Amino acid sequence: MITTTSWLGGHALVMPIVLPLVAGALLVLLEKARSRAAVPISLLATGALLILAARLMDQANSGEVAVYLLGNWRAPFGITLALDRLSALMLVLTALVAGGALWFALGFSLKDEARQGQHFHSLFQFQLMGLCGAFLTADLFNLFVFFELLLAASYGLLLHGGTRARHRAALHYVVFNLAGSALFLIAVSLLYGVAGTLNMADLALKLPLLPPAQARLAQAAVLMLLVVFAVKAALLPLYFWLPDTYAAASAPVAALFAIMTKVGVYAIARTSTLLLGPEGGPLAGVASPMLPVLALATLVLAATGALAARHLRVLVAYAVVASAGTLLLAIGLGTRDALAAGLFYLVNSTLVAALWFLLADRIATARGGTDRLEARAFSRGWAPLGITFFAAAVAVAGVPPLAGFMGKALLLQAAGHTPLAGWVVALVLGSSLAMMMALARAGSTLFWKAGAATTAVVPPAGGSGAQGASMLALLAAVLATAAFAGPLAAYTQAAATQLMQRQAYIGAVLNAEPVPPAYDVRREMRERGDAK
Amino acid sequence: MLLLLALGIGTLAGCGTWLLLRERSFDTVLGLTLLSYAVNLFIFAMGRVKPQAVPIMEPGKTPSLATLADPLPQALVLTAIVISFAMTAVLLVIALRTQAHTGSDHVDGEEPRP
Repeated sequence: MITTTSWLGGHALVMPIVLPLVAGALLVLLEKARSRAAVPISLLATGALLILAARLMDQANSGEVAVYLLGNWRAPFGITLALDRLSALMLVLTALVAGGALWFALGFSLKDEARQGQHFHSLFQFQLMGLCGAFLTADLFNLFVFFELLLAASYGLLLHGGTRARHRAALHYVVFNLAGSALFLIAVSLLYGVAGTLNMADLALKLPLLPPAQARLAQAAVLMLLVVFAVKAALLPLYFWLPDTYAAASAPVAALFAIMTKVGVYAIARTSTLLLGPEGGPLAGVASPMLPVLALATLVLAATGALAARHLRVLVAYAVVASAGTLLLAIGLGTRDALAAGLFYLVNSTLVAALWFLLADRIATARGGTDRLEARAFSRGWAPLGITFFAAAVAVAGVPPLAGFMGKALLLQAAGHTPLAGWVVALVLGSSLAMMMALARAGSTLFWKAGAATTAVVPPAGGSGAQGASMLALLAAVLATAAFAGPLAAYTQAAATQLMQRQAYIGAVLNAEPVPPAYDVRREMRERGDAK
Repeated sequence: MLLLLALGIGTLAGCGTWLLLRERSFDTVLGLTLLSYAVNLFIFAMGRVKPQAVPIMEPGKTPSLATLADPLPQALVLTAIVISFAMTAVLLVIALRTQAHTGSDHVDGEEPRP
């Protein structure tokens, strides 16, 4: 079962981390020197990341878990990277969303660029590095480090070109996440204290064998971990930072942030299948009474928030919260089919969320800079923006024929066998209806009352074709998830199956053989008499 | 000694949490700093506290955790210290910039209405 990836000299697995790191470091210098090469290099790096991620996904689709031992240390001792279908899917999604966001950012005029900030591209690459690392790592402490990395980059991106609202949102966001990091560290070190390892595969084997007194501590630690991941994923009591933050960020940054909530979802999916599955001993199903209930409550509140939103971007932010609720519901139900449906929904909802943040910015620009939901004349682009709005609304609310509907339908089908089925059906459909109403009201206010508005429109700052093109590309990706729903559903089904069979993952990580050394430095030193 | 350490960590965490929940941004920053001290000590303690034990193997002795300190939590705590230090610096800058922008050091960027 174990193969080392042979292309790129066997280092293909670490490349999604190294590539943005090198590009980001280079960009720091180039941006400092105000070089013209900065933008092409950023684009090139993101494009290369997309190709790399697609290639890794193709490789992961063989069903093998590829493992990379950093520093060539055997598994529980060194840091391990592991790639299965889920990780590969997340990498591709990250690269897609990043490509769209970056393309959109190119369309900013010079004046906007000053607003966007000097180090936008390097921070963007560092954020990509953190995201890719978090999706690839098989070590809990390493996961913490990559979380901090992507958060640190996101603080910078959020603050760039700071307005008053942005600063206020940033302070809340940073404080909240730092408190989350403290909790993460407590949980991780508690797990180390009871199990003596931080490798997730090794933990999965050691935690079920703990004596009862220590098992309680392990339960507490794992639940704390889930709280931290829920902060990132925006689960009910912990989502209050999200609408403000996402609404305050600039459009490409908010689009990139669309994948950031999915990091939390990914981490919950990974830990709950690896550590809390039926083979988890005292940890089995520790979170299962709470997770689906909280997810359902999140759905209800997100729908309420969307109905109450007075700004388009806040409405979109609540749509992100709703999608996080749906995803966590899928994970919380704990069956393979529900998980597969959730992963299917994840692809569509991430792309749609990114598209929405870009669209909201374009609409605001075309209406003289405000995204307030009130009648106001459009300076240009009324029809294309309206059509995109309609398509994106259909995709996000989960109405046929787009993939959002298919994801929800699969989820409802999968929920049929669980005790919460009635609640799931009622609340998922109810929140979809509320979301649809909110979007329909927003759309009719924005587009149909626009002609009647008498407000004078300020001539817009020139947005360029790049912005429209990037939105078209993301829209095409959203439509593609519906057109190629069959292969995608087969992939997510296989990914869920792979997640549920944790033995393959554990075996691959713990049995990975280090690469035999090309040079035996110690022997050479001994022979030369340099060392004993 | 364990009791003393536990009480110390508890006091730091408690004070940190209390300060974190206050309304001025400076208090919040201080609170997070105290909280990170508590966390760092906690990580260290999770490697078991042993007096007079070093994480260095000696020739001739069988390496065992009974006589040696666990080096891994020390490495973890080093990473955690660096990260929390950097993050505190970032947070201070953000807090200062926010105050410059809004003219208030309230965490909401404006004074509460009486």
